[in-house]
Amino acid sequence: MVGQLVEGPVTGQLPQRARRNYTPYLLLLPGMAWLVLFFVVPMISLFSQSLQTGNVETGYVMTWNFQTYVDALSQFWPHFVRSLVFAGTATLFALLLAYPLAYFMAQKSGRWKNILLVLVIAPFFTSFLIRTLAWQTILSDNGPVVAFARAIHFTDLLQLMHLTSNDSLMNSPFAVMAGLTYNFLPFMILPLYASLERLDHGLIEAAGDLYANPAETFWKVTWPLSLPGVVGGTLLTFIPAAGDFINARLLGNTNTVMIGQVIDSEFLRVQDYAVAAALSFVLMLMITTMVAVYVRRAGTEELV
Amino acid sequence: MRWLRAHLVGIAGLLVMSYMLIPNLVVILFSFNKPAGHYNYQWQQFSTDAWTNPCGTPGICDSLGLSLQIGFIATVVATILGTMIAFAISRHRFRGRSSTNLLIFLPMATPEVVMGSSLLTLFIAMGIAPGTPTILIAHILFCMSFVVVTVKARIASLDPRLEQAAADLFANPFQAFVRVTLPLVAPGIAAGALLAFSLSFDDYIITNFNASPSSVTFPMYVWGAAQRGTPVQINVIGTVMFLAALLLVAGGQLISNRRAKAAA
Amino acid sequence: MTESTSGDLRLTGVTKTYDTFTAVDQLDLVIPRGSFFALLGPSGCGKTTTLRMVAGLDQPTIGQIWIGEQDITHKKAYQRNVNTVFQSYALFPHLSVLDNVAFGLRRRKVSDHKAKAMEALELVQLAHIAKKKPGQLSGGMQQRVALARAIVNRPDVLLLDEPLGALDLKLRRQMQIELKQIQSEVGLTFVHVTHDQEEAMTMADTIAVMNGGRLEQVGDPATLYEHPKSTFVANFLGQSNLLKATVTSRAGSIAELDVHGVNLRLPVERLKETTTELWLGVRPEKLRLVEAGSADGGPGAENRLTGVVTDASFTGLATNYLVHLPWGQEIMVVQQNDGTHPALRGSQVTLGWAPEHGFALNASQDAHAGAQDQADDSGAI
Repeated sequence: MVGQLVEGPVTGQLPQRARRNYTPYLLLLPGMAWLVLFFVVPMISLFSQSLQTGNVETGYVMTWNFQTYVDALSQFWPHFVRSLVFAGTATLFALLLAYPLAYFMAQKSGRWKNILLVLVIAPFFTSFLIRTLAWQTILSDNGPVVAFARAIHFTDLLQLMHLTSNDSLMNSPFAVMAGLTYNFLPFMILPLYASLERLDHGLIEAAGDLYANPAETFWKVTWPLSLPGVVGGTLLTFIPAAGDFINARLLGNTNTVMIGQVIDSEFLRVQDYAVAAALSFVLMLMITTMVAVYVRRAGTEELV
Repeated sequence: MRWLRAHLVGIAGLLVMSYMLIPNLVVILFSFNKPAGHYNYQWQQFSTDAWTNPCGTPGICDSLGLSLQIGFIATVVATILGTMIAFAISRHRFRGRSSTNLLIFLPMATPEVVMGSSLLTLFIAMGIAPGTPTILIAHILFCMSFVVVTVKARIASLDPRLEQAAADLFANPFQAFVRVTLPLVAPGIAAGALLAFSLSFDDYIITNFNASPSSVTFPMYVWGAAQRGTPVQINVIGTVMFLAALLLVAGGQLISNRRAKAAA
Repeated sequence: MTESTSGDLRLTGVTKTYDTFTAVDQLDLVIPRGSFFALLGPSGCGKTTTLRMVAGLDQPTIGQIWIGEQDITHKKAYQRNVNTVFQSYALFPHLSVLDNVAFGLRRRKVSDHKAKAMEALELVQLAHIAKKKPGQLSGGMQQRVALARAIVNRPDVLLLDEPLGALDLKLRRQMQIELKQIQSEVGLTFVHVTHDQEEAMTMADTIAVMNGGRLEQVGDPATLYEHPKSTFVANFLGQSNLLKATVTSRAGSIAELDVHGVNLRLPVERLKETTTELWLGVRPEKLRLVEAGSADGGPGAENRLTGVVTDASFTGLATNYLVHLPWGQEIMVVQQNDGTHPALRGSQVTLGWAPEHGFALNASQDAHAGAQDQADDSGAI
């Protein structure tokens, strides 16, 4: 009906008289002011800090010193690369693990759906640190898991792939990536689940009716339609993983130092604020570029 | 064999589920451990010492108290601000819509290291000493966006005609909001608040950047303990958190199921 | 509390335009107090827009809306003494049935709102489910709760936005009767918006037919049906056969018309003085199959046409024929199932009807306007 097409502002609001409606601006003001003051301004401050010279005792002076970036990157580029590799691997494995679970929950779990949802969400609410510490216990050198891994020569395989340097699972790249995968799994599962839940089961039946076997149905129908969830989950997993250092610190060794750790130590231990800020800013740029590419494709309405 | 193929997805799903839950089970299990040394990696013997004496280790309950305080305040402020933003975006047209959406999204996409460190540089530049207030500011910041997303999703599922019906039945805009809109959006606001609280309670990285030695939150305590020696009490608190989370989420599901049945 | 208004609902010059599109165009309408009034028309004709403007949920671009002596055009929805039964019912899911019904009363601070709400529920025979939530009710029950919720406030005007659309046929028929009974019991002005012409004719005292934002015709069902003023109304309400005719003579009370060489008659008062060309309209049920060859079909069948049956559909109640006339036009004939043998496909038939059952329409109008199914060709060549 024509009358239902237009109802004043976006959805369902009563039509106002033709004067400027200040309500949205008033509603937005406190929150957005907070965001601008404590998010945008600090970013600017970060960038500015990266171009200053000095130290903590004598104070910092703005010198537009871009050399800091060159120095920082030449010293720490391996850490950047390592972080991206670890995060990328963790994201990939998270996707491989999350997809079957999300699919099962969305399409096949019936009565159990809510229970499964609870079981997926609940661990997320418990301490990130404590769970990672638990991995220390699980992978510890004297535990049953390591014994089993040694027995089936899994540790040998890992050594071959340079994912561990001796026949233990702890304090190795393997442990770090396993921890990253584990910790960010819910971030991959939930968007995937949301996407797959909306998938009309009738489409899968239609594909079968049109002679597609299960593999074809998956690649031609299910996968493309779940892509928004895949992309969302990938972003939500990769981004925090790239900047994480808790897993690297608790489960890794001196050869698995990620860029997050570098930034943390440069700020809080070495207290070389300029270098730390430069590294932080570069990391931010990398992430923003990825988000920008996504936004270019998909627009901003689906972001929030 | 046929059965295996048919249920492949289910089996894979359940395996992943176990992978997710094992650490939690380990935490629970080892809360009953009596370790030989400082660290709680090896099973020694069963004991309920830690449970009977949860605040035994110095500092642990203080840090817990601080985390709860900060969590509560940050949740209240972030929920109020976030809900206001959610309503503004969902119900109104205004200029600068895409920039607003982007600005709300960015904190969720920023690595914690970057967010924590940038706030630190701001506080240094402004001459504000790090401590509990700065922690609070940081927590409100990153919780807000998540509240917006949660509440916005709930508002989107609301039938706009209900508000028209309220107006038709003599409710002015304020009454319509309080009597119809708010009760129906409340579950979303509650979910947002819950999410905000857990994010705040669990945060280490950003907090660490903006804290001082006198403002030790629970995650900071755990981190410190991981270097020095992990008391079993940590597992006790971890277990309590897990069970509380299970109860809350399960309870929330039950309530929403009952509502869904009533509104179906 | 708004002052009580009473009196007829009047729309004067009401127009609603959106950018490039005019939904309602210069509408002048008077809806008498206490009547059951229907706004009838196809999708997009502007009837729902009009309804929403009366409710206060939309504002007219130009024009005024009055109830009695009060101009309510600029009053907000919650300030008007008008209530709506929404198409989707819009029951508040978080409130019980009783609280839903009492909602308007409580906003108005009526003291015994609970008792009044129960009274309204009794009126729609749903007092026993007062404590339930809307989600637990069937569509029919929800519809009645929505009705009770609106009626309990005793508004000056009660608006119904296609309230029976979501119900199945039997339930719809039942509700049509119930609504009529409730309206006469309570005495409120009902304005019922619908696209279903059968529903409008069943329930309403007066019908306003709308098309493209404008009024086509306003009147009681019988008048609209037997004396449509435009091809749109003729085709939208029921079905019509329209034959191209030329006036050959007017002698006394009967006009002679030439229809493709056949001489037919029409009472003179149906024609305007200046008419020479016209559409001669006759309803399918007024046509009778008569004996071929008789001098005239006898009284009540002075007009005669011959043709060939191209389709005969038995519907139980009647048989619907399509008859192909010599000049290529196909017309519809509905013969009640009164025991006479139905004509077979391919057979030659003679049709007769009384001249006073014909009506005249402006020849320049589109013969297909308002026709609702594609299968028939009630137009002319």
